Amino acid sequence: MDNKIMVKLVVGTEAMFFLCLIMVFVYFSLLPEFKMQQIKNLDISTTSQFTALLLFSSFTYWRAEKNFNNGMIKRFKFWILFTLILGILFLLGQAKEYVKLLSSQVTISSSIFGTSFFTLTGFHGLHVAVGLIIIGIITYLTFIGDYDYKKSSIVSAVGVYWHFVDIVWLFVFFIVYVMPHLS
Amino acid sequence: MEEIFIPKPEKPIPNLSISNDQGLLQWISSVDHKQIGIMYLWLTVVFLIIGGIEILLVRIQLSIPKNHFLLPETYNQLFTMHGTTMIFFVAMPAIFGFSTYFVPLMIGANDMAFPRLNALSFWMTFFGGSLLYFSFLAGGAPDAGWFNYAPLNQVNFSTSKGIDYYCSGLLLSGIGSVTASINFIVTILNYKVRSMSLKQLPIFVWMVLINSFLVLAAFPSLNAALAMLLIDRQLHAHFFSAVAGGSAILWQHLFWLFGHPEVYIVILPIFGILSEVFPVFSRKSIFGYAFVVGSGMAISLLAFGVWVHHMFTTGLGNTVNGFFAASSLLIGIPTGVKIFSWLATMYGGSLRFSVSMMFAIAFLIEFTIGGLSGISFAIVPIDWQLTDTYYVVAHLHYVLIGGTVFGLFSGMFYWFPKISGRVLDERLGKWFFWLFVISFNLTFLVQHALGAMGMPRRVYTYPNISGWGILNFISTIGAFLMAVSFGLFIYIVLKAMKKGEIASSDPWDADTLEWTTTSPPPLQNFDRVIPIKSARPYRDYKLRNDADFKIK
Repeated sequence: MDNKIMVKLVVGTEAMFFLCLIMVFVYFSLLPEFKMQQIKNLDISTTSQFTALLLFSSFTYWRAEKNFNNGMIKRFKFWILFTLILGILFLLGQAKEYVKLLSSQVTISSSIFGTSFFTLTGFHGLHVAVGLIIIGIITYLTFIGDYDYKKSSIVSAVGVYWHFVDIVWLFVFFIVYVMPHLS
Repeated sequence: MEEIFIPKPEKPIPNLSISNDQGLLQWISSVDHKQIGIMYLWLTVVFLIIGGIEILLVRIQLSIPKNHFLLPETYNQLFTMHGTTMIFFVAMPAIFGFSTYFVPLMIGANDMAFPRLNALSFWMTFFGGSLLYFSFLAGGAPDAGWFNYAPLNQVNFSTSKGIDYYCSGLLLSGIGSVTASINFIVTILNYKVRSMSLKQLPIFVWMVLINSFLVLAAFPSLNAALAMLLIDRQLHAHFFSAVAGGSAILWQHLFWLFGHPEVYIVILPIFGILSEVFPVFSRKSIFGYAFVVGSGMAISLLAFGVWVHHMFTTGLGNTVNGFFAASSLLIGIPTGVKIFSWLATMYGGSLRFSVSMMFAIAFLIEFTIGGLSGISFAIVPIDWQLTDTYYVVAHLHYVLIGGTVFGLFSGMFYWFPKISGRVLDERLGKWFFWLFVISFNLTFLVQHALGAMGMPRRVYTYPNISGWGILNFISTIGAFLMAVSFGLFIYIVLKAMKKGEIASSDPWDADTLEWTTTSPPPLQNFDRVIPIKSARPYRDYKLRNDADFKIK
């Protein structure tokens, strides 16, 4: 159980990290013209679709974990691969959005909006990427047969991290993309 | 006798094809908690010498009015590096060193929960410090003070690469601190010997546990601030530059949201050390075990509600100032509970005045002075008058030296026999104690007066105002005497390592599990652990008829 407690503690300390970044974003979003830039530059409908993919990946990971714990390695392989693909699609969506913003001269140094937007979503993307690397390693180890017989707490430990990354995105999505359209 | 459940370690690091059981390679490749603890402590000594030399140069500069011993730029770099080094690379590694060495021993475990993560934590700290000092070679050290306020930390004010190294060095060591703390929590919760309940944990272990949660909650704020500053400086973002819409005060909020808990992070484990030392040398159990532990928890919770008392002069308004003044005054209560617990522990005990105990008793006095001057800062008008003067310098050195360093020396004299198998010379130790106490007070007591007379901190030089010259000169003499006394301490340690008196496994007739194994402990700490029925299991074992659990 060591692994699972460790990951929970990591998630706790990471939550504090994101809390700081989110508070900074909220603090700057009170500035005049910040909301206008949010509405002008961010395309909420495209991002919603990629958000749905990331949320769905939490479901697929949950299925993978369930099957792993029941010893259904074949199904586990399917669901973990599915999760990996969804995660990659989310990152591609984020990359596409970044390219679009950069080409319309919204950069990290162009304005305080760019600064806080790229930092917050960038750090979240970094965490998704780290999660994908770990899931990639698990997938690889599964396909070469390392997890065929013995139970391991690794899968459920990584699950805690992966769901955490999803939940953080829900907050980020609400504050960065949805909030300016309310009120 | 009870079997413990950790498999026996046979080699310091398995699966390595080259021979690694000798010399430097054994240390570098080690994942053994005792070796890593010792490396933390040596790292502390190295950085203490470096940070000490830096401040001696600063004190020479300040010894007389209108002095030009240093260049102003060098002066800024030296006091910045002194503060940063002492907080992050002396206080932190010293505490992690004792914690890494003694937490597994005190809970009957054979190693930390994640030995490799433990090694990673140490090397992160090591390379973080190295990176910070590399800045001297890369065109100049950081020069905006250890708390590195905006806008001074922006590229246009500090053009050298120093602050970039400050950010990356502290980020690395910060990650090391977080991983170490995660490791402590898992170790304490999962690897304490099964029969030891939470109410029987040694208080030092309790304090490390509480402290680890404090690290996990506080360091992300620093790491976020450092990352943002690095983005500002490297990618020309605008977090802290007011010109482009950013906010300079944001840095202060993020930094002190970490910075105030940080000063409790470097004192809570010290409270733990003292809670081991006082009972052993008073031959009584700790007075009010639950209150000592509970007040530790109270301190760690209050720690997150007081940071604005570092910012009373920034104009946040009377409501905010009033709230944070009240919360800061509250901190005095749990700290006072602890002080009275230790006094009550000594009361009626049969005291033994070993060097360790003398440092612990001196701690009570010096730390209380620092605590009282701290309370005076919680009162907003006094803070407005005294902020950024030498009164602050005096206050923070009374809590960080009179508190943390005195506690560390107490722990060093107490635990050195266990670490090395040899006893530190008590007679020379007493010389060292008195020299250190006198020189410390000589250096910093006068700075209260300097601050009250209005001398600002961090000034490069000062005019010949009556009283300033002589008080600064006294302070400089005190600083050099402190350096001499620290040299004496190093001599005592080296002498003991070479030809010190051999220590028995239990030289102080102590109460906790680390004294049941040999001095120094073998690679595998324990085969079997004595039964644990109270917070003083070893005493129960030695004095079966007078055991704690029989009295209750």
